[in-house]
Amino acid sequence: MGLSSLTISEASNLLIKGDITATELSQSCLEEVDASSALNAFSWYDHDLVLEQAKAADQRLAKGDDSPLCGIPLGIKDLFCVKETPTQAASKILHGFKPEYESTVTQKLKDTGSVLLGKLNMDEFAMGSSTEHTVYSPVISPWRAKGSDKPLTAGGSSGGSAAAVAANLCLGALGTDTGGSIRQPAAFTGVVGLKPTYGRCSRWGIVAFASSLDQAGPFARTVKDVALILEAIAGYDPKDSTSYDAKVPQFSSFITGDIRGKKIGIPKEYRLDGMPEEIEAIWEEGKEILKDSGATIVDISLPHTRYALPTYYVIAPAEASSNLARYDGIRYGYRASVDSETNIVDMYKRTRGEGFGPEVKRRVMIGTYVLSQGFYEAYYIRAQKVRTLIKRDFENAFDLGVDAILTPTTPSSAFALGTIGEDDPIKMYLNDVFTVTVNLAGLPGISVPARLDSKGLPLGLQLIGKPWGEGDLLNLSQVIETNVNFDFKPQRWW
Amino acid sequence: MGLSLDEARKVAHLARIHVEEDELPAIAKELSGILDFMGQLNEVDITGIVPMTSVTPMKLKLRQDVVSTGGDKEVVLSNAPLSEQGFFAVPKVVE
Repeated sequence: MGLSSLTISEASNLLIKGDITATELSQSCLEEVDASSALNAFSWYDHDLVLEQAKAADQRLAKGDDSPLCGIPLGIKDLFCVKETPTQAASKILHGFKPEYESTVTQKLKDTGSVLLGKLNMDEFAMGSSTEHTVYSPVISPWRAKGSDKPLTAGGSSGGSAAAVAANLCLGALGTDTGGSIRQPAAFTGVVGLKPTYGRCSRWGIVAFASSLDQAGPFARTVKDVALILEAIAGYDPKDSTSYDAKVPQFSSFITGDIRGKKIGIPKEYRLDGMPEEIEAIWEEGKEILKDSGATIVDISLPHTRYALPTYYVIAPAEASSNLARYDGIRYGYRASVDSETNIVDMYKRTRGEGFGPEVKRRVMIGTYVLSQGFYEAYYIRAQKVRTLIKRDFENAFDLGVDAILTPTTPSSAFALGTIGEDDPIKMYLNDVFTVTVNLAGLPGISVPARLDSKGLPLGLQLIGKPWGEGDLLNLSQVIETNVNFDFKPQRWW
Repeated sequence: MGLSLDEARKVAHLARIHVEEDELPAIAKELSGILDFMGQLNEVDITGIVPMTSVTPMKLKLRQDVVSTGGDKEVVLSNAPLSEQGFFAVPKVVE
């Protein structure tokens, strides 16, 4: 086992003691990344740039820097602008784009001395649940079903981030979550993924998909590691007016293992017809663990749950159609080659027709439709009203004294690439059935690995917290983590 | 609710996305399917409900109306597919 398989906490201890150097650690990760091309997890990386950062971290460590991320190699989803580093949101339309500025969260990571290893593959503009809709090749999960070599999805849209952490290519990663894009890939690959409360992390410098739903968040192999990354990236940013202006708590200090007296809600609406028994079983197991550790389990109702997906598929495409209007072939990225007689509207249409992939075009058109004259009230305003009701469901549960809500993360384990949504895009959308409510209500949510199913594939449990309640959520998650003791790793085939 | 070919053509134009004529039937069908799916929202009683405008109860901050950045012409143009003499270059707009 190489250094790249260490957890962040383990590596940080060794770095601070001087037992290993950031350069050695980064080299170990680079070797793994070099050998991982079959996974398509990384979309871009550069040895020299990584080693330069590692060297700087070693200098900081030598001077006694003991911040927990100093010298830690992390992967970054291709949605984050990293200065002078190709940033494409996995889209042809951003071909050749090198931002002249840095996203706030990646700047915060750089400030702590972390080593940014490179950019991670994703669904184009974060639209998807399988990381197949990408200008790069689809991400292939490091996991395979028992006795099969069929390529499986690592989930999406942050599939590259999940695969990279699961395959020990890096110690942690950044993703974004608009409808489940951190939690679903985390569940599919047996790692921990956290979507913070809306506003906890600045969105500045992150390529926008649906601005009222997007949040950046961490992937790592343990709950504690996720807390350490969150501590670094959270905080108010004057450049994002929706970011939360409050002192960032030390999230890792909430992880005490003491959850006595916590009230955990179990929403009956999340029990779906035809849900696999194994999903039901991990849910039961999660309840038992929390109960045995001193929490109280209560049944709750979130009556508007079934309307969350249709609500999401009005609001997210509407915001996307507006956000993606900026890709015009003039200011940055790809421009279709047109002759000098072509008028400008045709130039826009050619550029966007050639530059966007099929799923992005579909969503931009849906968004355009629901915002167009005559349909705005019927679709968009109605969806925003239902969104109010979905959020109210959660508020009612919290008013009854519920501290957190336990659900499965996904309705199944990872599916084979190329099998979902080809004929009917809605089938792919259904993957987000347990996660999308959390974005609509702006709440924090985390996925922790629970068990392997009979196919030998990971399943995750989701905990949903109160606004700004990430600390409690991490504490509860670690109780599950400790008790299930999920120590399964994908068998290396790549 | 089904989307006609004319409506599909119109929405593609409004979205400024070039679509070939022979792609329109498939697009109309897909979009219709998604709109049907959204139709479930018509079951919900939304009488007296206020549409959400901000998911977290926060007041937007005001800031001083002062210049914070600017004067970075080279930087702004550095990613342009085509620029000339310090301007973005676009196809002829005025006939």
